[in-house]
Amino acid sequence: MDTFSKRKFIIAGIMLLIGAIFIIRLFTIQITNKTYKQFATRNVLRKIITFPARGLIYDRNNELMVYNKAAYDLMLIPREVKSFDTTELCRIVQLDRMELRESIKKAKQYSYYKPSIVAGQISPDIYAPLQEKLYKYPGFFVQSRTLREYPSKSAAQALGFVGEVNQRIIESDSYYRSGDYIGVSGLEKAYEKELRGIKGITKSMVDVHNRIKGKYNEGLEDTTAILGQNLMTGLDASLEAYAELLMTNKRGAIVAIEPATGEIILMVSAPSYDPNVLVGRQRSTNYSILDRDSLNKPMWNRAIIGRYPPGSTFKLANALIALQEHAISPFDRFSCSGKGSKPISCTHPHVSPLAIREGIRESCNSFFWNTFRSIINNKKNPADGYQAWRDYITSFGFGTKLNPELSSEVKGNIPEVALYDKWYTPGHWNAMTIRSLAIGQGEIEATPLQMANMCALIANRGYYIEPHIVKAIQDTNRVYRELKFEKKVVDIAQEHFNTVIGGMEAVIAETRLQFTVKQDSFIVCGKTGTVQNPHGADHSAFVGFAPRDNPKIAIVVFIENAGFGATYAAPIAGMLIEKYMNDSIAPKRKELEQRLIETNLLNVVEVKKKL
Amino acid sequence: MEKRNNVWANVDWITISIYLAMMIIGWINIYAAVYNEEHKSIFDFTQQYGKQLMWIGAAIFIAVLMINTDSKFFVSFAFPIYIVIILILMLVPFIGTVINGAKSWIRIGDFLLQPSEFMKMATSLALARYISSYNFKIHSFKSLVTLGGIILLPVGLIFLQNDTGSAIVFGVFLLVLYREGLNGIVLFFSFLIALVFIFTMVLDPLVTVLILTAAAFLVNHLIKKKLQRTLIAVGVFTGIFAILWLINYLVQGSVDPLYFLLAAAIISSAIFFIWAMVIRKRSLAILIGIYLGSVLFAVSVDYVFHNIMEQHQRDRINELLGIQSDLHGAGYHVNQSKIAIGSGGFFGKGFLQGTQTKFDFVPEQSTDFIFCTVGEEWGFLGTVTVIGLFLGLLIRLIFLAERNRSKFSRVYGYCVATILFFHFAVNIGMTIGLAPVIGIPLPFFSYGGSSLWSFTLLLFVFIRLDASRFEQLSY
Repeated sequence: MDTFSKRKFIIAGIMLLIGAIFIIRLFTIQITNKTYKQFATRNVLRKIITFPARGLIYDRNNELMVYNKAAYDLMLIPREVKSFDTTELCRIVQLDRMELRESIKKAKQYSYYKPSIVAGQISPDIYAPLQEKLYKYPGFFVQSRTLREYPSKSAAQALGFVGEVNQRIIESDSYYRSGDYIGVSGLEKAYEKELRGIKGITKSMVDVHNRIKGKYNEGLEDTTAILGQNLMTGLDASLEAYAELLMTNKRGAIVAIEPATGEIILMVSAPSYDPNVLVGRQRSTNYSILDRDSLNKPMWNRAIIGRYPPGSTFKLANALIALQEHAISPFDRFSCSGKGSKPISCTHPHVSPLAIREGIRESCNSFFWNTFRSIINNKKNPADGYQAWRDYITSFGFGTKLNPELSSEVKGNIPEVALYDKWYTPGHWNAMTIRSLAIGQGEIEATPLQMANMCALIANRGYYIEPHIVKAIQDTNRVYRELKFEKKVVDIAQEHFNTVIGGMEAVIAETRLQFTVKQDSFIVCGKTGTVQNPHGADHSAFVGFAPRDNPKIAIVVFIENAGFGATYAAPIAGMLIEKYMNDSIAPKRKELEQRLIETNLLNVVEVKKKL
Repeated sequence: MEKRNNVWANVDWITISIYLAMMIIGWINIYAAVYNEEHKSIFDFTQQYGKQLMWIGAAIFIAVLMINTDSKFFVSFAFPIYIVIILILMLVPFIGTVINGAKSWIRIGDFLLQPSEFMKMATSLALARYISSYNFKIHSFKSLVTLGGIILLPVGLIFLQNDTGSAIVFGVFLLVLYREGLNGIVLFFSFLIALVFIFTMVLDPLVTVLILTAAAFLVNHLIKKKLQRTLIAVGVFTGIFAILWLINYLVQGSVDPLYFLLAAAIISSAIFFIWAMVIRKRSLAILIGIYLGSVLFAVSVDYVFHNIMEQHQRDRINELLGIQSDLHGAGYHVNQSKIAIGSGGFFGKGFLQGTQTKFDFVPEQSTDFIFCTVGEEWGFLGTVTVIGLFLGLLIRLIFLAERNRSKFSRVYGYCVATILFFHFAVNIGMTIGLAPVIGIPLPFFSYGGSSLWSFTLLLFVFIRLDASRFEQLSY
């Protein structure tokens, strides 16, 4: 009767067909294809990194030299950004629209999925209103972190600075991501691993509007941030500031070492800068200003990268070697004809002939020429003599890197025998050929740190401890870990040191330095240097230590183009020694102090320097 | 009293069980989709799941009411019901409330009703009434015009309310008419036209013409099974195309390759058609006719769309096909929907453990995209269960419709089955990227009073009719 009854099969068939297509499709997207799972995770997962506070840096008196202050970074994940009111965001963050556009472009170039910094280091008072409005800007979020603060505003080069990691670091070290900070120079770089702590990661789930909805995987994969470790240094923050004050408008370096421990008390490089300028949003502007100052090079740490001829301060080393090698005896006298002396003329007329004590006191070039010649000629041939001399010199720490922390340190230069063989052919050179070395000139180059180390070695009468800034590290549990440093003994008898120290004592007590450096309460020993500089005016140098017995401080002051060592370097060293030992400057020396501070030695000579 | 017991004994409990199961599963998924830590109580009527619980209570009341209604009422009042709802629909543009851009809602107190939802039932009743009338001949001109009028009148009104999704549902009545004897060719052509239209709009006319050409050669080959002749035909077609393309290349013209394809299609069709007439192959001539018609239809659809229609009309069509409803580039919503379902895996993430739906990555997660929650939290097991329930219900409804001797009941039953089928196919199809994103709900699952009540009404009128299958329904 119903002729179309069989059409029910066709209709039912169509329905079953669609159902079957759906099931096949669902099978492929739910079971076969695994990518949807990854997409889903990517949709909701937000890794929030908590940055631990970077470790603090203390000086030898437990005063803070570097600490942290709070700051916030506005971060961006380009993939999640929806169109938004740029004007409002710029107003809140106090950012230029072009800057914002530029940072968004950069972020996209870096990664669509990984967060980048849009506006770094936002202050807490901008952060509060921003946090309130943040829901309007999907793809943006705020990450809190800390900024460095330098209360004493000093020791900029030694402490170094932190900066954003570059692409090369991100690629080579998986710890760092775009926008992270890393120590770029100085201690910040040397102790990066200790200072940075360990980042914490919180995995949260967010909804489509980027609002946090809860913990991912019940927080099982979360890690808490671990604080950075603190550095306990041997630096004296107030002395450092005082030294920088004395070095106002001067170019040069000061290094002071505690002889008994090798702790570096002072590491000054002038001209310097306030380390606080390399923090915060003005960092890059300030950085390029400092970086482009090619005359003063404020970011250079001259204390460890300045390669200077040590000049007359080097005579102390030559004296020690000659005595130890029995090339001269403490009583050998040599004559000097002042400016007419050959082969090296002497700077000023004085008693003649003279033995070692007066030789050091007068810094007599003739005396030290004879001393040096004796050392070189003490062996079968000059080359052997030179090699013996060189072995002593390197055992003093010259020509090698002394400090294990600061990677930028240079070795300086103590020429090898091979160099002179090459220059003059073997057997065709002798003491005469290399006579400049007798008075610390010529090919030799030393850093202020090496000179200070030599001074510590003399103060210790025969050994030095590897000079270092950081003496202990305070770990997360506030437990101190003392760092170990090698003690290096030189092969020179103690009596010879006493002989040389006798000369150094006379330098202070019997020359005009008695008016500027000599102290009433303790004995200062020292040696000036007026370093001939092929590129311009002489450098003014001074090495010294005090007190003579049981020394507390060994110091080198090196001032470029400042003329006689006795004029500026020695008085400045004297001030620093006095300040360090007595905590204050005697009233009668206040006038001298004022004069030293006010002296401008930056423009003494038109020079094209090569440090 | 005895009669009433009789009704409850004759209702189809299988259908009712599936219905209840769907509502419960649907509610569980709505709860999960909009779950809110602060409002855990299922009776929290500020939340959608609390409200849906009320809608379900009311729906059960409606169901009981329908079963207690005399079945003769539906037969007698089929046309009045149709006319009343048509009148209400006409009033909607004046008294309606706009929601999601469609002015298709009427506010009654705190409730919002969507008359177009109830129009499906009313149209089904009217169709059943008309088709079951004496002397009904489906292919008579008068019948076709009347049927067309019954279907197209509500379609037109709903279109005017900007609710294109609901309007399109009425197209599924073609399946009912087909069951009642409408020539299969009509169904075939309707399907072909819809397909060509969608392909042209969603892909582009060039691709559509290429697909049609390939399909024509394939069909021809399947009928004739002579590989040599098929290859010759393909050769002729590509040859013409190549020559035209070469000429264009040589004179360095800049003609759209679509025109070469079109020219090749027309020229080769003419050649084959003449040849078909010569060798008197009528089937080949018909095939060529259908092919050429489809090609010209595709091209003219594209032309009309781009050159004649106004922008707002284009937007309407794009929206209908889910092309422009996308704010974040092509297929963002569908992609998020697929991510939600796909991330469920085999066993799903578990109840309330879904992240994609709960955290709003999927749009409309409690209404049109409720299937995403099923897929994400219950996995392949859940989705297959839901599809199984739907297929079970649909097949059961066809079985019930066929067992009724009354033509009215049968036609109405088919209307119910096909309407549910259309919603099922389009709604689930869009969530898994197989159908355009047309915003129509998944029956008994999606959140919303109007749709739940109208589907309950639609279904239970049929259950009531079916319960009276042993009675003589007279009018």
